[in-house]
Amino acid sequence: MNAQQTITINGRELTFDSGETILEVARRNHIDIPTLCHLKGTTPTGACRICVVEVEGARTLLTACATPAAGGMKVQTESPAVVKARKLVLQLMLSSGNHNCAVRGSDDQEWTTFQLKVQGEDSSEELCPVWGDCRLQDLAYRYQVSGERFPATPTRYAIESVNPFIVRDFSRCIQCGRCVQACNEVQVNNAINFGYRGPESKIIAAGDRPLKDSDCVFCGECVQACPVGALVEKDVRYKVRPWETHNVRTTCSYCGVGCQLYLHVKDNRVVKVTGADVPPNNGSLCVKGRFGYHFIGSEERLKRPLIKEDGSFREASWDEALDLVASRLKEVRDTHGSDKMGVLTSARITNEENYVAQKFARAVLKTNNVDHCARL
Amino acid sequence: MTNTIADIETADVILIVGSNTSENHPVLSTYVKRAVKFRGAKLIVIDPRRIKMTEFAQYWLRPNLGTDVAWINGMMHVIIEEKLQDAEFVEKRTEGFEELRQMVAKYTPEFVEGITGIPAENLVAAAKLFAGARAGSILYCMGITQHTSGTDNVKSLANLSMLTGNLGIPGGGVNPLRGQNNVQGACDMGGLPNVYPAYQPVGDLSVAKKMEEAWGVSELPTKIGLKVTEMIPLAYEGKFKSLYIIGENPMISDPDLHHVEKALKNLDFLVVQDIFLTETAQMADVVLPSACFAEKEGTFSNTERRVQRVRRAVTPPGESKEDWWTLCEIARRMGYNMQYADSRAIFEEIARVTPSYAGLTYDRIDAVGMHWPCPTVDHPGTPILHGQQFTRGLGKFHAIEWLPPAEQVDDEYPLYLTTGRLLYQYHTGTMTMKSADLNNRAPESFVEISRKDARKYGIEDGEMVTIASRRGAISVRAKILPKAVGGTIFIPFHFAKGAANQLTNAALDPVSGIPEFKVCAVKIDKAA
Ligand code: SF4
Ligand code: SF4
Ligand code: SF4
Ligand code: FES
Repeated sequence: MNAQQTITINGRELTFDSGETILEVARRNHIDIPTLCHLKGTTPTGACRICVVEVEGARTLLTACATPAAGGMKVQTESPAVVKARKLVLQLMLSSGNHNCAVRGSDDQEWTTFQLKVQGEDSSEELCPVWGDCRLQDLAYRYQVSGERFPATPTRYAIESVNPFIVRDFSRCIQCGRCVQACNEVQVNNAINFGYRGPESKIIAAGDRPLKDSDCVFCGECVQACPVGALVEKDVRYKVRPWETHNVRTTCSYCGVGCQLYLHVKDNRVVKVTGADVPPNNGSLCVKGRFGYHFIGSEERLKRPLIKEDGSFREASWDEALDLVASRLKEVRDTHGSDKMGVLTSARITNEENYVAQKFARAVLKTNNVDHCARL
Repeated sequence: MTNTIADIETADVILIVGSNTSENHPVLSTYVKRAVKFRGAKLIVIDPRRIKMTEFAQYWLRPNLGTDVAWINGMMHVIIEEKLQDAEFVEKRTEGFEELRQMVAKYTPEFVEGITGIPAENLVAAAKLFAGARAGSILYCMGITQHTSGTDNVKSLANLSMLTGNLGIPGGGVNPLRGQNNVQGACDMGGLPNVYPAYQPVGDLSVAKKMEEAWGVSELPTKIGLKVTEMIPLAYEGKFKSLYIIGENPMISDPDLHHVEKALKNLDFLVVQDIFLTETAQMADVVLPSACFAEKEGTFSNTERRVQRVRRAVTPPGESKEDWWTLCEIARRMGYNMQYADSRAIFEEIARVTPSYAGLTYDRIDAVGMHWPCPTVDHPGTPILHGQQFTRGLGKFHAIEWLPPAEQVDDEYPLYLTTGRLLYQYHTGTMTMKSADLNNRAPESFVEISRKDARKYGIEDGEMVTIASRRGAISVRAKILPKAVGGTIFIPFHFAKGAANQLTNAALDPVSGIPEFKVCAVKIDKAA
């Protein structure tokens, strides 16, 4: 094997390891090749053809995500032929459904009719729910195309929103197949696949049943993978726009896997969760990590200290509550001794807090009666 | 875990026992599923229930409840009989092999079949598959530990792993999957009655002295403290006076709940610090409101010993506070000055007194976390344990005989009950039940029963039934599901209404103090 094989991309000579695709070599060297269907870590499908590049000597344009780099290859990533091909792909996609993000055309009668139709189907007066957070929109802008060139396709399938978590809008699906890859090759839940043929084609769960009646476990991997507005979290759709939020990376608070996630915060509330592409989860989450965030902002959260009097609670100030706890604990310690006191710390709180809790038991209460409920 | 999560994907044989992995550790289960589907790894699942992972398994062994030591000994019998053990590893890295060999001699596949119900030929095939692995990974969870024989079960799995030379290598290991996000950290930090941070024994005077100096106190207690499963019974008898409970809900999670309720009522003083007014908090004299994970800074240690950052995204509601602040305030009012500027300052103190965390800093773990042990600031962390040698030098085989579970079925209570979790709920539901969406998928308690048992007891799918054990009775809806095996029913323990732990047995493992949640005897009737 020739260890130092090279490939030339846009005139730059670059080394590569055997097995690397043109896309991988380009990305490693910060050369931007747009992709839509490509999903890291899964088998390339070559479905969308947006990543085509011109390779010297090849009869047709090749997909960078599926073509292995070969020694001596000369690649152009933005040649006129490439740009023309990408424009065509984008035009076809834009005209294929309810892509009403205003890149679609001019303000003639047809445009208005189209908008009214889409807004009716969406039950919303706003533009597409992922406006500003869509790879197709980004690329349409980048290559300055609209959907006008082809007649708009009628909506074939109604929106599916009968499950609590995910809205599936087939009219915005560009058939890239990333959701299928995410479900079958990343999460291996095997809940969805391509169904029907030709213009009828649609991503379906077995028997074309709604997700709630399928093998779907609502991990949301497909939602995170979808490049457009076809799969959107139900609680987010038309309620949260990306520019209204900021993200904070943290660790999931449910099971011991410790997935890394982003909490999306709007007006001091967590409104959405996505997986961070780092170990141990590399972007994946489960239904609890992704959709189980409502407790954070729950109205039922405790907000003030409570003291029980005659069998019922009343609110108290911190000073009063802390003084009471300190004096009662002192009393128990002085009358019954430290051996009769215990602290149950928690598998839910941080290391820092566990550390302080056991220090409190040992240094202040003077007992080793400290445990947590992990046994349970 | 001795190995890392990502490492599972490099195993060629994976053995899962007592873990409903795809529901309880969903993202970790994806590593197993990918290994099987795309890398040709073989999976052995050992579980009485037809859990999802069985669909990926080459062998699915279905043992009777509480018979784990028996089938593990049976596998080792087969491996030794066929000379499939890793002789070099056994020779160089272990001791006690001879005792083990003699002990497992009687665990022939036929003898084991009599105890476990696992057909002899399946046990032999699975044992050979595991022994033949280049790298064999063992994953286990509460289905192994929540037994009166839990400690024996764990040691037996370690025997199996050592016998086949799978410790200290990539893709191998004995890997407990921690159920709650920071169980690992709570243990590492000394949230245990017998050890300080980093498992330094409380009875070791030199350790006590070191901690006294670090904390500026004298006369730290050197007597081993009580486990939660010892404190509660003492409280029940009126011999325990105060409990300070942080973020736990023993009113749902503990075995034999009637007992727990009386025990908490008997205390002179109960403080509960939590984010919600849980069933346990309602019994408290004082409730102190806490900030939740999204509102604080700190670290969690995951099941693969990776210490990772927790960061504040929103402000805590009302006047709720980070738990450490509250504890420090009480300490101060009790005459001990405990003060920290922030969680980072606490972490720096942790690093000073916790040898396995000594090299960790917030800056070092910022991007992707690090695996302890990490003794110095230039140490890269330790993804795989026991690489060169075991903590105690040679790995010791423990010759362990099988003992039956504490409670057996009889004429009055003819069915076994086992408990566990569901994908859509978490622990006592304090958090998940605040999501209408998750509740929609898992709204209430139920009992999972096989078609055969349903027919035997005249139970229809969806009808309300009464389940009773020697300790209590609950009514729940019956679900006839293919997951269930004849003779054993399953109830998830999340729910306050229809709480499985009204029924469970508080019998404890003598070493770990873990109750036998996974086996008790019950009867089932149509609801009155
Ligand atoms: S939510 Fe998860 S299981 Fe359901 S279809 Fe999407 S990827 Fe598959
Ligand atoms: S739903 Fe989204 S991810 Fe799936 S094929 Fe359609 S556009 Fe692609
Ligand atoms: S996202 Fe799911 S698998 Fe990951 S840590 Fe949270 S609960 Fe566990
Ligand atoms: S990204 Fe390469 S074909 Fe779609």
